[in-house]
Amino acid sequence: MRRFLRAALGGTEYDLVEASTAREGLAQAAGRNPDLILLDLGLPDADGIDVARQIREWSRTPIIVLSARGQERDKIAALDAGADDYLTKPFGVGELLARMRVALRHAQTPEGDGQPVFEGGGIRVDLARRQVFRGEEEVHLTPLEYKLLACLVRHAGMVLTHRQLLKEVWGINAITQTHYLRVYMTQLRHKLEADPTQPRLLLTEPGVGYRLRAE
Amino acid sequence: MTEPRRSPEELLARIREEEARAGRGRLKVFFGANPGVGKTFAMLEEARARRFEGMDVVVGVVETHGRGETAALLVNLEVLPRREVPYRGVTFHEFDLDAALARKPTLVLVDELAHTNAPGSRHEKRWQDVEELLAAGISVYTTLNVQHLESLNDVVAQITGIQVRETIPDNVFDAADEVELADLTPDDLLTRLRQGKVYFAEQAERAREQFFRKGNLIALRELALRRVAERVDAQMRGYMVEHGIRETWPVGERLLVCVGANPESARLVRAGQRIAATLRCEWIALHVETPGTASLTHADRAALVENLQLADEFGARTVTLQGRNIAEEVLAYARANNVTRIVVGKPTRQRWVAWVLGSLVDRLVRGSGDVDVYVISGEVEDRPRRRPAPRPPRSPLWEYGFALGIVTIATGIGWLIFRQLSLTDVAMVYLLGAVVVASWTGRGPSLLAALLSIALFDFLFVTPIFRFAVADLRYLLTFGTMLAVALLISGFTLRIREQAEMARERERRTATLYALSRDLADTRNRREIVEVARRHLAETFSSTMQLLAPDEVGNLQVLEPVAADPALDDKEKSVADWVYRRGELAGVGTQTLPGARAMHLPLIGTAGPVGVLMVRSPDISRFELPAQRHLLETFAGLVGGALERVTLAERTQQARLEVEAERLRTSLLSSLSHDLRTPLGVITGAASSLRDRGDQMSPAARVELLDSVLQESDRMNRLIRNLLEMIRVETGSLEVQKEWQPLEDAVGVALLRLDEQMKDHPVTVALPPDLPLVPLDAVLMEEVFINLLENAAKYTPAGTPVEITAQPIPGAVQVTVADRGPGLPPGEESRIFEKFYRAPDAEPGKGVGLGLTICRGIITAHGGRIWAEPRPGGGTQFHFTLPLSGPAPPPIPVEPVEPLEPEAA
Repeated sequence: MRRFLRAALGGTEYDLVEASTAREGLAQAAGRNPDLILLDLGLPDADGIDVARQIREWSRTPIIVLSARGQERDKIAALDAGADDYLTKPFGVGELLARMRVALRHAQTPEGDGQPVFEGGGIRVDLARRQVFRGEEEVHLTPLEYKLLACLVRHAGMVLTHRQLLKEVWGINAITQTHYLRVYMTQLRHKLEADPTQPRLLLTEPGVGYRLRAE
Repeated sequence: MTEPRRSPEELLARIREEEARAGRGRLKVFFGANPGVGKTFAMLEEARARRFEGMDVVVGVVETHGRGETAALLVNLEVLPRREVPYRGVTFHEFDLDAALARKPTLVLVDELAHTNAPGSRHEKRWQDVEELLAAGISVYTTLNVQHLESLNDVVAQITGIQVRETIPDNVFDAADEVELADLTPDDLLTRLRQGKVYFAEQAERAREQFFRKGNLIALRELALRRVAERVDAQMRGYMVEHGIRETWPVGERLLVCVGANPESARLVRAGQRIAATLRCEWIALHVETPGTASLTHADRAALVENLQLADEFGARTVTLQGRNIAEEVLAYARANNVTRIVVGKPTRQRWVAWVLGSLVDRLVRGSGDVDVYVISGEVEDRPRRRPAPRPPRSPLWEYGFALGIVTIATGIGWLIFRQLSLTDVAMVYLLGAVVVASWTGRGPSLLAALLSIALFDFLFVTPIFRFAVADLRYLLTFGTMLAVALLISGFTLRIREQAEMARERERRTATLYALSRDLADTRNRREIVEVARRHLAETFSSTMQLLAPDEVGNLQVLEPVAADPALDDKEKSVADWVYRRGELAGVGTQTLPGARAMHLPLIGTAGPVGVLMVRSPDISRFELPAQRHLLETFAGLVGGALERVTLAERTQQARLEVEAERLRTSLLSSLSHDLRTPLGVITGAASSLRDRGDQMSPAARVELLDSVLQESDRMNRLIRNLLEMIRVETGSLEVQKEWQPLEDAVGVALLRLDEQMKDHPVTVALPPDLPLVPLDAVLMEEVFINLLENAAKYTPAGTPVEITAQPIPGAVQVTVADRGPGLPPGEESRIFEKFYRAPDAEPGKGVGLGLTICRGIITAHGGRIWAEPRPGGGTQFHFTLPLSGPAPPPIPVEPVEPLEPEAA
């Protein structure tokens, strides 16, 4: 995997620092202070989730987790532990670079101070005016629908776990009521998507959460 | 010189003997005339010698009776601990058979072969324990006194006046491989006795004095010596036969002993055995069941069974026939089987009875022709004859009424014709009446009719009229004739009825067995066999049963047990186990393990035991009747045959399935290796070309190669994903994490993932807006949709649409994925869900046939079901249901509808 990443990222603007174990990785993360960390969950000497948690204790460096299919629980744990995004193996270089760009962009703009206007997939969300447009037409959303959409917009392109979204929109008490989230997501899709059964904008990450497609 | 010829029977017998002997332990008997001659001492000395030679010798049980010189010989020999058997407050220390079998030494010492085990032991007699040891391949040294030999038991009793109850069958002694006589002259023995060196526990002090009289000792010694000499003689003869030395005595004798249902017949059996032994011929113990047998007392029945068993132990063939006339049956059997001599008991009837009715002996002698008939005294016991002759069944009351009616009618007719015709004609009318009554009713009513007719005839018609006096003495003859005719005809009627009854009984037995065999022939599995056997056993014997058969590893298991059967405890099971291993009858009503609750019959198939039939009856003694026992054994034989047939059929089926599974494995391996290697081959080829010759290629060629690498990688990824998913489904490690969610979500995810594959198939999704939330595992459901859609894409022509619909049904949601493809081959609708199924005309490389199996696994894990059917109008539709089970989600709080205010004005 490292060999592939070395080859794939070799011709790009990024400099690559490699680490083969959790210990080495933590040392490199502290010593070299990278802009972005790609973290494989399958490490020989420690649990990748612990590594994410340890890094998050002292650093806000974006972390993208690389994992295999069928490890949904690990993914959620890693995201809840502070990772910013994840990629399921096998993946293409294009996808990797896109995720890296999104993560770096978010890291550069401080929380809550994001771009005031989101545009993509035929919709426009104006966070400052609390207005949502589909094409030229303004779409009326309920406060919770708007809150959910705004949350996704602020993290556009990145995955948000059910837990994160529920905490953000409904509050800490509703953290297990994932069906709230699913129902509101369906409502949002019906209002914003061209074909709500085949969403192109508000994407489901099965078993993990949701993502607003950014590009 | 001509080769001396041996008959096939002799050869067969010798082969059987050798077969039985191979693998069997050897039995050596230390034989003596009476206690105190030093049998145990001789046995121990020899055992020590064997031990010294290095043989594995174990002392099973040896009675030293506190004698120091004997006890000294036990030193340095391994002694098995005795088994403690508590019985009615007394603890017996018995030989531990199981311990000896488990220890499995080369040689075991078991003292006093004729010993009777304490109740509750496996076998009644110690010689049966020894038999089992020998059968297990363990050699045995044992001791025996001459008075314990069954055939000499009576003689010894006559000599000494002491009846010894503990006996062993002669064939056990005769089958011993070696007999060593421990001999001591009577004078020496008496000296030893005076020195207190002889222990004699069996009788009281007085009996002991009586026993150890010099005359007795000489006689017993002679008996023992003669018995050993006979054995040597037999060995000599065996040697001659074995080596083809022509015998000088005539052969071909065959002896038949008539055995009855009384204790005296045991003497006949013993006598028969002695005669047969002297003649060295085969002998048969024959019992004839008559209608009277059914009314035998319990004691008589037991005596009969004992007699036949005794004969069996003596080596006789036991035969039970049915018939009314014992003499006729005996003679017919004798003629049919070339019997040369018949042994029969002396008649016990009073002389005048025998003179009137004739005796069995008379009839036998008269009809015997050139067969010799031996009449042996059945010495009359001091007890009275306890059994009245079997009574004919009592006539019902209506028969008496019938008799009265007929006589009345006869009187009326007589009165009418008396004036016109002669007195003789009236007598004839009465005679006719008596004959009618006699031929329709039993003896009582016939007698009544005859006597009444005579009385009325005399009173009403014979002068002097209205008086019982007879003027003319000739009428006495008429009276006598009437009486005789009535008795004769009622006798015949009775006999015909009995014969008919017996024929019916025989017919009933045959019909029973026929019905059973017919029903068993229809059975296809063990459960049905148990059902049929249970029903028939209840109908025929009013008994309950359990059937035991070995499972895959050979342990007996009860088939279809009836709950709460008290006969099914571990003790009964161990009895069944013994019966199964030995192939012999045991349990209650038999000689082996009579303490068991049920009778255990081995079920013998053509290749050995196949199971055990455990029979329980409120009246188990019914099976002591030979006919009933025989019927039950035949019954068991039929059940055994059926069980074997079903077992063999199961094995065949199993073997067939294994072959099928093997075939499937092979084909799977070949297709898997093909499906995995093909993309690998493409990837390797493309990658190596790019590395070696990449710079010489046109950019378009490079892109094409790279595209093929990507495509093939994708294909391999799908295949591996499916294989892994399959393993999770198969191993049961599929974890379903259900959450209430809209179906839409799962469909959307799958469609997004399949963008590329479905580009040639327009997919429409029509979900009703009122579709409830469904509890499902989003990740697994995505897999279901992906597999169903991929399947549709693979097997339908490009351009045909695929439709996904759903509808709520009671308690569930039913989802349908429908295509407009060529449809499924008829009859394949359920097979397509089987592992590694591929459409018969599928081209290779389309997949390994796991997708639908995975779908079924996931849907089943959700509690739903999945099936396929032809779609009306062409194509196939897959349906699956997802039950709305589990606690419903709490309702979503209603949100007040309020206009959105700008965050910052």
